[in-house]
Amino acid sequence: MTANPAMIEKYRNNFLKEVEANVEEGEWVKMCMQCGVCSGSCPLGTFWDHPPQEIFMMIRAGKREEVLSSESMWMCTSCYNCIVRCPRELPITHIMHGLAHYAKRLGLVPQNQPTAKFSQMFWDNLMKKGRVNELKLGLSLCFMNGFGEGVKTAMKKQKLGMNMLKSRRMNPMEAIGGHGVKDVSGFQKAIAKAQELEDARIAQHGAN
Amino acid sequence: MAKREYSFYPGCSSQKGASSSSNYLVSVQTMCEELDVTLNEIPDWNCCAASIGYSGGGELPRLTLSARNIALSEEHNPGQDIVATCAACWLSTREAAERLHEDEGLLAEANQALAEAGPKLKNETPIKHMAEVLIEDIGFDAIGAKVKKPLEGIKIAGYVGCQTNRPFGIAGESFENPVYLDKLVDTLGGESIPTYEKKVQCCGGALAFSEPEKSQEMVKGIIEAAYDHGADMIVTPCPVCQMNVEVYQDEINETYNTKFAMPVVYYSTLMAVAYGRSAKDAALDEQVIPAKKLDELAAK
Repeated sequence: MTANPAMIEKYRNNFLKEVEANVEEGEWVKMCMQCGVCSGSCPLGTFWDHPPQEIFMMIRAGKREEVLSSESMWMCTSCYNCIVRCPRELPITHIMHGLAHYAKRLGLVPQNQPTAKFSQMFWDNLMKKGRVNELKLGLSLCFMNGFGEGVKTAMKKQKLGMNMLKSRRMNPMEAIGGHGVKDVSGFQKAIAKAQELEDARIAQHGAN
Repeated sequence: MAKREYSFYPGCSSQKGASSSSNYLVSVQTMCEELDVTLNEIPDWNCCAASIGYSGGGELPRLTLSARNIALSEEHNPGQDIVATCAACWLSTREAAERLHEDEGLLAEANQALAEAGPKLKNETPIKHMAEVLIEDIGFDAIGAKVKKPLEGIKIAGYVGCQTNRPFGIAGESFENPVYLDKLVDTLGGESIPTYEKKVQCCGGALAFSEPEKSQEMVKGIIEAAYDHGADMIVTPCPVCQMNVEVYQDEINETYNTKFAMPVVYYSTLMAVAYGRSAKDAALDEQVIPAKKLDELAAK
């Protein structure tokens, strides 16, 4: 039996096409056979509004808003259990990161999603000097929900901070300057160029 | 033993005396001295974005981060395999190399981005985790031959975790029940726990920061299972596992009314002590929860 391209096209709605074009490893979504091994293998599975297998079916059903504004993919711990167990070998972890990034790009991330915030802080932190400054990252995390909350969190984390200081695995001097690459400007130019190329590619396919 | 040289990618958290896995770097350096391994740091290496930078970093910018490191390594340390000690560094770099190998379009774009800063990616360099270097390049026999102080009577749970194990892992090992850490413990004269149930359980990774309650519940299970087996300590090859399982035990004790004080060390900590080196060389003084049995052995 040969495939009928017209029939296949009929089942490929616009959102699936958009995911295939614009989301990292999105072309794999159509390969999911709904077995549910990914959902059963996820260490945080119980916290997903829609586990991966459901997300894949929702994409195929054209549920754009519900998928992209979901907290689900922000629950991924990048443990890769789903990837190694998927009988169809879908790169599920990467698709989840890709969907999360695409949701961020379109401004559809739910407000105050903690992992979305932390993920963005991590990226912004590393972009400044080319290397992550753990002390500054820790401080931004602490104060990510405003000053009042931050003071409370800082009090709660005081012992942890002291432990890290005592074991010489944290250094207050990192607050001023801190480590980084020597060629910061070359580094930033290269990543900016990569961003520009990716933006152009996505603009070309359109985010309908 | 033959002298070996590698192009070393230490990663952001390895910063000596200033970041969370400083203890890993110190003990790895000691271990490498004993095994006659020279680590040539990749000049001006950058962060790999780990597995959490994806909100701001799209696919190509993240691949470009790793491409820059590989290109710098190929330019300055030609012919040397890249070795990373951090699971996330290894994973991101190897993933980037594979994806750029498979996708010519992405490779062309990554090189176009890199051209802004100079280095050009050939993408011909093998990318290894230090555990692969130990097992595949050096081998258990040679590792065992260097032991001066066997870890006698020390019971150690081998916690492999996620990213050193999946999706690449160590050749010949199973994703569900890898045994190389148990073999290493036995090789060093310690007592391994091959039936430790939580050896590949996720600790929460970066979500330990953003979703601490969810992460700490998983960490609780990892520690509890080690106690159930009568372990004196946990050993791991991953800096995220080491930190997440070691440093939140006070918070877990408060939440769950437990009395955990389970030391969590690196394979390199065990090796440095078994090779007769000092507590300082093994970075035992950088433990948040002291590994008393190793302290005692190192002092002997």
